Amino acid sequence: MSFLSYLLKGVSLGSVYAIIALGYTMVYGIAKMLNFAHGDVIMVGGYAAFTCSMTRGMAPLPSILIAMVVCTVLGIVIETIAYRPLLEAASPLAVLITAIGVSYFLQNIVLIIFGSNPKSFQSLVKIPGLKLADGALTISGETIVTILSCLIIMLILTQFISRTRMGQAMLAVSEDKGAAQLMGINVNSTIALTFAIGSGLAAIAGVLLCSAYPSLSPYTGAMPGIKAFVAAVFGGIGSIPGAFLGGILLGVIEILAKGYISTQLSDAIVFGVLIIVLLVRPTGLLGKRIQEKV
Amino acid sequence: MKNMKKALCIASAAAMAVMLVPAQAFAGEGAFHIGMIGPLTGGAAIYGSAVANAAQIAVDEINEAGGIAGFQVEYNPQDDEHDAEKSVNAYNALKDWGMQLLLGTVTSAPCIAVEAEAAADNMFLLTPSGTAVDCITAGDNAFRVCFSDPAQGTEAARYIGEHDLAQKVGVLYDSSDVYSSGIYATFRAEAQSQGFEIVADTSFTSDSKTDFSAQLQTLMDSGCDLVFIPFYYNEASIVLKQASDMGFETQWFGVDGIDGILSVEGFDTSLAENVMLLTPFVPTAEDEATQAFVAKYQESYGDVPNQFAADAYDGVYIIKQAIEQAGVTPDMDASEICDAVKVAMTEIEFSGITGDITWTADGEPTKDPIAVVIHNGIYEMM
Amino acid sequence: MKNKKLMGNLITYGLVIVAYAIVAYLLHAGRLTSLVKGLLVPICVYVILAVSLNLVVGISGELSLGHAGFMCVGAFSGAFFSKCLQDTLSFAPLRLALAIAVGAVVAAVFGLLIGIPVLRLKGDYLAIVTLAFGEIIKNVMNIFYIGLDSNGFHFSVKDQFSMGMEPGGEILVSGPMGITGTPKDASFLAGIILILITLFVVLHLIDSRDGRAIMAIRDNRIAADSIGLNITHYKLMAFTVSAALTGAAGSLYAHNLATLQAKKFDYNFSILALVFVVLGGIGNIRGSVIAAVVLTVLPELLRGMANYRMLIYSIILILMMLFNWAPRFLEWRERHLGRLFRKNRKEE
Repeated sequence: MSFLSYLLKGVSLGSVYAIIALGYTMVYGIAKMLNFAHGDVIMVGGYAAFTCSMTRGMAPLPSILIAMVVCTVLGIVIETIAYRPLLEAASPLAVLITAIGVSYFLQNIVLIIFGSNPKSFQSLVKIPGLKLADGALTISGETIVTILSCLIIMLILTQFISRTRMGQAMLAVSEDKGAAQLMGINVNSTIALTFAIGSGLAAIAGVLLCSAYPSLSPYTGAMPGIKAFVAAVFGGIGSIPGAFLGGILLGVIEILAKGYISTQLSDAIVFGVLIIVLLVRPTGLLGKRIQEKV
Repeated sequence: MKNMKKALCIASAAAMAVMLVPAQAFAGEGAFHIGMIGPLTGGAAIYGSAVANAAQIAVDEINEAGGIAGFQVEYNPQDDEHDAEKSVNAYNALKDWGMQLLLGTVTSAPCIAVEAEAAADNMFLLTPSGTAVDCITAGDNAFRVCFSDPAQGTEAARYIGEHDLAQKVGVLYDSSDVYSSGIYATFRAEAQSQGFEIVADTSFTSDSKTDFSAQLQTLMDSGCDLVFIPFYYNEASIVLKQASDMGFETQWFGVDGIDGILSVEGFDTSLAENVMLLTPFVPTAEDEATQAFVAKYQESYGDVPNQFAADAYDGVYIIKQAIEQAGVTPDMDASEICDAVKVAMTEIEFSGITGDITWTADGEPTKDPIAVVIHNGIYEMM
Repeated sequence: MKNKKLMGNLITYGLVIVAYAIVAYLLHAGRLTSLVKGLLVPICVYVILAVSLNLVVGISGELSLGHAGFMCVGAFSGAFFSKCLQDTLSFAPLRLALAIAVGAVVAAVFGLLIGIPVLRLKGDYLAIVTLAFGEIIKNVMNIFYIGLDSNGFHFSVKDQFSMGMEPGGEILVSGPMGITGTPKDASFLAGIILILITLFVVLHLIDSRDGRAIMAIRDNRIAADSIGLNITHYKLMAFTVSAALTGAAGSLYAHNLATLQAKKFDYNFSILALVFVVLGGIGNIRGSVIAAVVLTVLPELLRGMANYRMLIYSIILILMMLFNWAPRFLEWRERHLGRLFRKNRKEE
């Protein structure tokens, strides 16, 4: 029974990683860049929702919508100012470093605006939890909502990419930017759209992260961000179902490691598993095999 | 990318030129220069900002009331990002500014690095909140306002034992944090001579402090009837929420790091009902000094001050009292001031918002911890 | 061609030596502020770190996000060595030299062990695995306890009680507290000597037959493979040398502060090193030296900005990246600042 209980806890932690990882993998898949500032966009989403719902007393749904608008605009602005000029740079590392600069920037601007005191985030999820086996096992309302959101987002994203013209354009850009441009696709606006969607997802992830773990500070996004990034790599970065699978597995491994091996080494164990998986499958669980061309 | 190096060359030359300008114009201005070091940015910024803000309030009050022995106080807070290396940089920058006395550093590990430098310079150091033993051991120039880790751990174990709060105790601590693991170590050592048993010790690390459900499950399964939580209120607010979600009901016992939990914006204080803690500072205390300080802090910075702020506020007044006792003047250099003030520290009896304190020559404070319990969102004395 | 390269290398060495001479003179004349004096050794540490990471990122073409881990083992082994020999070996420069050697060797062993599996991967996957190794090293060091009493050494990876020490024994490595009280042996001169050694090793390697092989693999792995170069061998060579130098830098770092914690060496630290490399120019050793100096000094220069310090730092970082890397800015620079950079253009 305690194993089942750990497993459930792992799934609820994993669902939070998964929803963050979806945004990561989306941006990576299309723009081929590791957006280290993604975790901080999540944090901004958390603050936006906090300001709406707690300070202004708005209802949950409008709060989430406003947070999404804020993050989407933020994502587009970041992409236009900081990333786009570097997309054609001599090395892909240039944009990675700029992303780190953006990450510092977001943390510090929020620190100045909201102060360093953490905020306690009142859950925006109003659904009661599920109790199983006479209350020995519980699934919180946040977890249910998070998993459902993950599934819905996955469904919408995959449909969007495979069914719409915009989605097809994204796919084309991710395959070959130059060729896409020749086919009349506006590469810049396609990538901006990718960032807009990724950042909008970040807002949802931020709200759900803070609802499940109700402490909000300017550095809230950093560590879950990096863990979710690991989850995305784990599942095969660029693959949307991979991000979900990777997130859930990462959460389960982390909780089981804490429960049965060592709470101090749980992160080391998570990273150890990641290393083993990548050595066996160098592109992650569901990642595409890369054919080497001469 | 070769053509960038020239730009960088020019930038670095300019940088060096700026840094070479000597800042020696302070002497004889007739004001005491008090420096402060703590994390103003980064994950530990909550603690550093509290200290910087509260010290500012105290300095403003002192200057308004005519200064220390007739001399004004100049105050300069510097950021160390909770990093030992940056902390030493901040210390050196303050030396260039003309610092004569140091209030800091706020966090333990950087404090150890800075104290090694300060001891070599014979600079007076008063840490408001550096709890590790080694913070003040490098020389006789260093003192502290707060309790040390061993003092807190021992006091907490004794309190639980003597008041017979529990037979089976579980512990949850931050194993990657100096403060938390230091308190845990002495708590465990003292527990052996008390009438309770530690049935479960679980920990977390600073990299995974969002989810505590596995640890709480272990504690719940161990059947403990009290959980000792020697860490800060930021994490504690999540622990309490998750425990409540899990239906885990137990007694919680914290140390001074928990203080501040009630003023976290948006925190559901009913989660903290019946949480016990040892703290030197109670923001709801009714004495005039505390009330005036809390009101001023809230007015200036919008938050209820935590014990870091209280320690810092007292810290500035301790420096004031020690300076007056020693009879030093701002035209003396830092080393002369230190020699006189460190003797004065052992002679003064300070009475402030964190209690009545005296010091021994090794720099440790002697004061009584206050045990409080949270009822209906406010502290009550136990 | 050969001469030009030699010239370039000599300029790099000359730059370091001239910088040393100027600083030593100013130090002697008492013209340096305490802040600058305190920054000298950290600057040396970061320069070595940047140069050695550039060997992996720029010359070997692999993105490593785990160099903090090598620095961590170097720092801990060096500090541990000095702490044990503090009483027996009282001549500080020799103790420091040995401690740096210990740090380098231990880090090299880690580099070799980690390099063997990691270098089979490519691109971002390699980066994430090095990041994972770095985090594992940090996590394990964080729970490492070593004590010494009359019965010899005691180890634990849980807490200090599990070591079963006699009362009165000394705890040398204390978990999250790390190592406290390392002798402050590091000096600016030692740092400069270590920089020169690092530059010599790296520049010599680049100009050697091995270095050309490493760069050939970077530029076209399949072509290099097909002419019979042992890819694993050469990649591992660059990775291990880089790890060793980083470990040496770590040991120097540890001897400059009274306290050493594993927490410092997290992925952010590896990223910081990468920022030096990218800003200074990937594969450009002299650029790494300069970028490391500038980015170490910059946040200290901004101390006057109070709360806005790190915000301004981040903005400057973004602007510097755009200025140095964005094609549009490079074009603009070429047009308007052409005269300033013309000399360098010719060099290329």
